[in-house]
Amino acid sequence: MSLYFTEDHEWIKVDGDEGTVGISAYAAKALGDVVFVELPDVGAEFDKGDEAAVVESVKAASEVYSPIGGEVTAVNEILEDSPETVNLSPAGDGWFLKIKIADADELSSLMDEAKYKAYCDGL
Amino acid sequence: MGGKMVPFAGYDMPVQYPMGVLKEHLHTREKAGLFDVSHMGQVFIMAEDKDFLTAAKALEKLVPADIQSLKPGQQRYSQFLNEEGGILDDLMISRLELPGYEHVLYLVVNAGCKITDYAHLEAHMPEGVSAQVKDDTLSLIALQGPSAAKVLEDFNPAVADLVFMTHTDLNLAGPLDAPIWAHVSRSGYTGEDGFEISVKHEDVGALVEALLAHDDVEAIGLGARDSLRLEAGLCLYGHDIDTSVSPIEAGLFWSIQKHRRSADAGYLGAARVAADLADKTTKRLVGIKPEGRAPAREHTEVQDMDGNTIGEITSGGYGPTAGGPVAMGYVSRKFTKAGTDVQLIVRGKARPAKIAKLPFAPHNYYRGA
Repeated sequence: MSLYFTEDHEWIKVDGDEGTVGISAYAAKALGDVVFVELPDVGAEFDKGDEAAVVESVKAASEVYSPIGGEVTAVNEILEDSPETVNLSPAGDGWFLKIKIADADELSSLMDEAKYKAYCDGL
Repeated sequence: MGGKMVPFAGYDMPVQYPMGVLKEHLHTREKAGLFDVSHMGQVFIMAEDKDFLTAAKALEKLVPADIQSLKPGQQRYSQFLNEEGGILDDLMISRLELPGYEHVLYLVVNAGCKITDYAHLEAHMPEGVSAQVKDDTLSLIALQGPSAAKVLEDFNPAVADLVFMTHTDLNLAGPLDAPIWAHVSRSGYTGEDGFEISVKHEDVGALVEALLAHDDVEAIGLGARDSLRLEAGLCLYGHDIDTSVSPIEAGLFWSIQKHRRSADAGYLGAARVAADLADKTTKRLVGIKPEGRAPAREHTEVQDMDGNTIGEITSGGYGPTAGGPVAMGYVSRKFTKAGTDVQLIVRGKARPAKIAKLPFAPHNYYRGA
C-alpha cells in the first residue's frame, strides 16, 4: 500500500486499483473543528482535481478535490453523524471516500509522505 | 498568544486562538471570553454650550433612536441612516454619567464604516456641536459570558451595580499594579452578560494581561465573535444590514421609540421608516434553521416549497451552542412566521429549513437582581 499527497492537502492510500481518500492532519488542523462533511454519491465519477466533497468548520466551507480520476465506490458514512472524526483521526477513521482508480499513471504527479512533509514545512 | 491573524477592515485581527472557534464559542457561553475590539470607532459628541439637549438634538437628526430622553449612564442601540432610509452603520450611543460630563454623548461605531461615519458626523453636526474621534487614544475590549461580572468585580466591585445597557466611568484596580481609568458599559455582542471596556492605549496591555490571568477568562477571536452574535440574532453590518435595507426590514423596529416612527420625526430616512412600517409587502430579516447538519452560508438562496425564490441568507454557519446550523436572512413578508417551511439551495441541492424565532441561544443579559 502506498500513500500519496496533493498540494491541496488530500491524501490517497492506494491498494491495488482502489484508493482511499482523506484530508491530511495539516489540513484538519488548519480547518479547525469540522462540523459537517458533504460526501459525493457512490458511483459518481471524477477527474483528477474535481471537487469531490465539502468540509465545513464553524467559520467556513472548503472543497476537497479528488487526487485522482475514477469512480467512487464507497463513502465514509460515519462522517454524516460524527464529522469531528476528521479532526480526531484524519489519516484513519476520518477518511472521506474510496475511489476506483482510472489511470494509475496519475499517481506519479503526487507527493510521497517525505515530500509532503517538506512541502508543509515550507508553507 | 498564538492567534491566527487575518486582515479585517484594514486591521490585522485574530480570527482564532489555539483553542479554536468551537471551543472559544462554548467557553464564552460557559465562563468568560475576552475580545479585542479596538478596531471599532469611539467618538464623543458635545455641544459648546455644554447643554446635553443641544448635542442630543443634533444627533437625533441622524439616527431613529430617541436621544433626548437618555439619562446619564444610559445607552441605546441605533443606526445611521441615509436619506433613503438605508443603514449606513449601526452603533451604540451612551450619555456619560460622570459629573461635569453629563452633556457628552459617547458613540461606538463599526470599524469598517468609521471613516464614512466620521465624515457623515462632520457634515451634519451643526455649528456649536463637535464630534471628537478618540481612536488614537482609546482601546476597546469586551469581556463576555456568565463569569464576566464575577471577574470584573475583582477590579472594582461597583461594576456589579450596572445593568444591561448602562455604563459608568471608574478606576479598575484589584489585581492591577496601578489603577486604570475606564469607561465600563454592561453590553456586548454575544447575547451573554458582560462588559465593554474602553481604556487608554497605554493601559490596555496591563488590563488584558490581568483579565487573562483569571482562570475563567480566555482570549476569543473574530470567528467565535461571529458565531456568538449569530446565535444571539444580532446583525453584522455589511452582511445582515447595509444601505440596501431599512431598520424596519432588518427587524430593528424595537430600537425606534414610538414617537420616532412617523415620517416627520425629523431624521434622515424617517420617511422610509414610516413607509416600511405601513407597507406590508417589504422583506424582513428572520431566523432560519436548516434541518439536518449542513450549514447554509451567506448568499444561499431561500425558496418556498414550490421552488420560487423568496429571499437570501445573509449570515449562516454552525451554532456550537445550538448544536447545529443556524442562519439569518431576508424573506418576503408572507413567509416570516416562525415554523414556516422553506428550502435552502446549498451547492445546487434543495435542503429543508424552517423560519425560526431569534435568538437561537437565549439572551442572558443582566437586568438587575
